[in-house]
Amino acid sequence: MLVTALDIVIGGLIMGGIYALIAVGLSLQYGVGRVLNVSHGEFIMVGAFITYSLYALFGISPLISLVICGPFLFIIGFAIHRTFFQYLRNTSESLDAFEGSSLLASFGLLFIIQNIALLIWKANVRGYIYLTTSVSILGAVFPANRLTALLFAVVISLAFYIFLRSTRLGKAIRAAAEESSVAGLLGVNIHRVLAICFGLGALMAGFAGALISMIYEIQPTMGMQYTIIALIVVVLGGLGSITGSLIGGFILGLIGSIVTYIDPGLSLIAYYVIFILLLLVRPRGILGR
Amino acid sequence: MNTVRVIFKRPFALGLLSLILVLLATLPLYATDYTVILLTAILMYIAITVSWTIFSGPTRYISLASAAFFGVGIYTSAILGKAFPLLAVIGIGGFISVILALFIGLLTLRLRGMYFIIFTFGISELIKNSLLWWETNRTGTVGRWVVAVDHTTVYYIMLAIFGVALLTAYLMRRSKLGLALQSIGDNEEAAAHAGINVTMVKVITFAISAFFMGAAGAIMATRWAYIDPRIAFNPLFSFMPVLMAIFGGMGQLYGPILGAAFFTYLEEILITRFAYYYMLIFGLVLAITILYLPNGLAGLIQKWRKGGVAKQRTDT
Repeated sequence: MLVTALDIVIGGLIMGGIYALIAVGLSLQYGVGRVLNVSHGEFIMVGAFITYSLYALFGISPLISLVICGPFLFIIGFAIHRTFFQYLRNTSESLDAFEGSSLLASFGLLFIIQNIALLIWKANVRGYIYLTTSVSILGAVFPANRLTALLFAVVISLAFYIFLRSTRLGKAIRAAAEESSVAGLLGVNIHRVLAICFGLGALMAGFAGALISMIYEIQPTMGMQYTIIALIVVVLGGLGSITGSLIGGFILGLIGSIVTYIDPGLSLIAYYVIFILLLLVRPRGILGR
Repeated sequence: MNTVRVIFKRPFALGLLSLILVLLATLPLYATDYTVILLTAILMYIAITVSWTIFSGPTRYISLASAAFFGVGIYTSAILGKAFPLLAVIGIGGFISVILALFIGLLTLRLRGMYFIIFTFGISELIKNSLLWWETNRTGTVGRWVVAVDHTTVYYIMLAIFGVALLTAYLMRRSKLGLALQSIGDNEEAAAHAGINVTMVKVITFAISAFFMGAAGAIMATRWAYIDPRIAFNPLFSFMPVLMAIFGGMGQLYGPILGAAFFTYLEEILITRFAYYYMLIFGLVLAITILYLPNGLAGLIQKWRKGGVAKQRTDT
């Protein structure tokens, strides 16, 4: 009984840690930049494939790859926002119009990134073996790679949270999230901050991708499923709330774990039911303003 | 009365339209099978895109539920195909989609903007995954066979759906309902204050647009012969109409037609051998359109046709 409960809870936390990580990225991009980036999952996929390739070709440890693909995706995200979304934002009639067109533009991005990845890596499912020794926690057995992924997800999320709370740039980001025009008047370089936010979202996606590649099989079309999960978590936590996304990630992970224990085929359905009900009953989410 | 007058004011447009209709109606007599099948696909995408635009064009509510309506039509065909005559199956497919659209419409009354978009997407995916689970665990077969129909019949039925969808879209644009939709898109509160029953107008239009998607799905299923929930409720059927309509431009009725025809043809020549390149081009065209052609091809044509007038208008 205890072992089963531990199995479910720790299994849920492992999933939840990854969910939180990917949701924080999406939440930041939408909450501050108003870009509902449906290509978020493609950034995760790119992170996963870079990690996989570095491991398969050069034997570089996935944990070292974290430091490589995170910053790499940050630069890509930053550049995309600077060239693409910034132009779109400047030419849009209103912020609402921008929300709509940036969502559609990110659909375009989704197709572009996914198909470049398909051309490079082909459609095969891939995976590698890393840290699969089992670790026993009070009788419940887990592979070490999953626990490592959980540890890193928690550390990265906390570090990110502290960064937002206590650094100067973090304050500028939060100011831009509250009221971007006023923040601009107060001397925040708003375009730079927005691009940094988009880049940070991509950075989180890169980290998540590296961790995901350690424990799950990966393929170039995997992005959409993670985008959807991130979207559900973000709605659960409240659109734009970083804390909400962190908590929401773990809640969804635990729910997923419980449902998977009952019937693995039902977990995705459960996610959508939660999603639909939330949108109908409390679209602001648990911590939404 | 009004409509008739507008048509007759433009004898050239009317002549061109009749010519195209005659050419389309007689197509199977002189064209190869390949052309007929290609045209069926083009007509299907046009019908779906135009019916998507009926609701989402004027109101600016971006619906990603097209796949749900299309898929419902496909499954109607798969389940009832043997029991009922073809035309009845298509009618039922459209009708069930209407019911679903009324249901979704009534649920989403309070949702706007981003929430509406992700809700419609979520509900399509929920239906797909529930059906997948049901078929795997209860009926034991993931896929289903559909009664095949010869491609000339499929073509003519698709042509009819296309024609009715187009006519509906045309009449709607000129009706009171169309005007109400337009004002909802401009400012929903103001429209409500002006005495428009906003809820009613939105839900009814959403249902009308769903009918054609369901009907198109029901006939298309007979072409594919084998279907499963992943094929029938493929989210691409939700994205395609949006992208095609935006690329073509929603300001004019011919915009979505141009967009749908262009992409279906592009798909036809690229998808079998260069599928990844097709989707890559698709993404690039979409991104470029949104950045530089916010009113799509139709907007570009419109600007080119009355360059001076449009320029004056923006100046004032």
